[in-house]
Amino acid sequence: MHEMSLVQSILRILEEQATEQDFTEVRTVWLRVGALSHVDPEALRFCFEAAGQGTLAEGARLEIIAAPGEGWCIDCASRVTIPTHGAPCPACGGTRVRPTGGDDLAIAELEVA
Amino acid sequence: MCSVCGCGGHDHGHDHHHHHAADDGTLAFAGGSGADDGGRLVQIERDVLDHNNSHAAANRARLDAAGSLALNLVSSPGAGKTTLLVRTLGDLAGRHPTAVVEGDQQTGRDADRIRETGAPALQVTTGKGCHLDAHMVGHALDHLGVPENGVVFLENVGNLVCPAAFDLGEGARVVIVSVTEGEDKPLKYPDIFANADLMVLNKVDLLPHLDFDADQCEAWARQVNPDLRCLRLSATTGEGLDAWYAWIDARRPAPAEAPALAEAP
Repeated sequence: MHEMSLVQSILRILEEQATEQDFTEVRTVWLRVGALSHVDPEALRFCFEAAGQGTLAEGARLEIIAAPGEGWCIDCASRVTIPTHGAPCPACGGTRVRPTGGDDLAIAELEVA
Repeated sequence: MCSVCGCGGHDHGHDHHHHHAADDGTLAFAGGSGADDGGRLVQIERDVLDHNNSHAAANRARLDAAGSLALNLVSSPGAGKTTLLVRTLGDLAGRHPTAVVEGDQQTGRDADRIRETGAPALQVTTGKGCHLDAHMVGHALDHLGVPENGVVFLENVGNLVCPAAFDLGEGARVVIVSVTEGEDKPLKYPDIFANADLMVLNKVDLLPHLDFDADQCEAWARQVNPDLRCLRLSATTGEGLDAWYAWIDARRPAPAEAPALAEAP
């Protein structure tokens, strides 16, 4: 479950930010998760709660901001929104959609004290 | 010592995480917000994979400077990655220098198989970890050394899910599927195919004995990734290997000119 390594990366960023931005406690983390990112939000929540124990983020809320998957349909030459990799074009039903965005996994904002 | 994070002096075999969690004292510094109990909002906009990606960029720069191609090999367990690698190393011997980083959760068995070909190999045992990351690979390259104008194979942990998110600094990603698996693997595990440059369909010598539709498998793989190249081969009989070697050759970067250039940042 690679979500544990991702959560460790999140905690590392929180600790760096704590020093840079002068806080000792994280209460909420807003995480932007693209539909085409390689994570399962529920696994991420589980790991965040478990790995957060004993850190500055213990008990913090993890708020997930879902970002849509974006693609370019080669068949109908249009920008489309897709829910997953490999999904057909919602406009023409074609199966050649090149992903162009929505693979983000980024911390957008924190509530800290 | 790691040139990116500055860490050093640890065994390559054990877990090596840089998270400084569970050390509350380091965070209870003076000058905080004091008794003020109200929270505040901080906008940071940080990619969670920044740390991995900075190590990957360092690995890539180092490989490019040496004129070497790194291939990140991903597959399910049992798709024949190690067999393909052993065959490839034998066939490439004398053509290019090679090196291998082997990722497995446990045992050095695969690295032992590789070393029998004469290629330098380092086993990275990830413990409970389900994928290689760029930091592990950087340390493995420190230990192995990057060959000049060669090919470095990064054999990832057998897993079609977790390695997808982690750039290792490779020049290309190769996903290996064997015809003894279901042809719908690209639809079931799309993320790993979405980020791959090449799909190798392995064990094609077994096709006459199986109900596996190779055309359908490739069509589904291209549905996930319209730019994916596909090759069919058998690491056992050697069928299709010439196209695989031609593909590797075409991906190799411009040769490193001189040692002085190889050191440039």
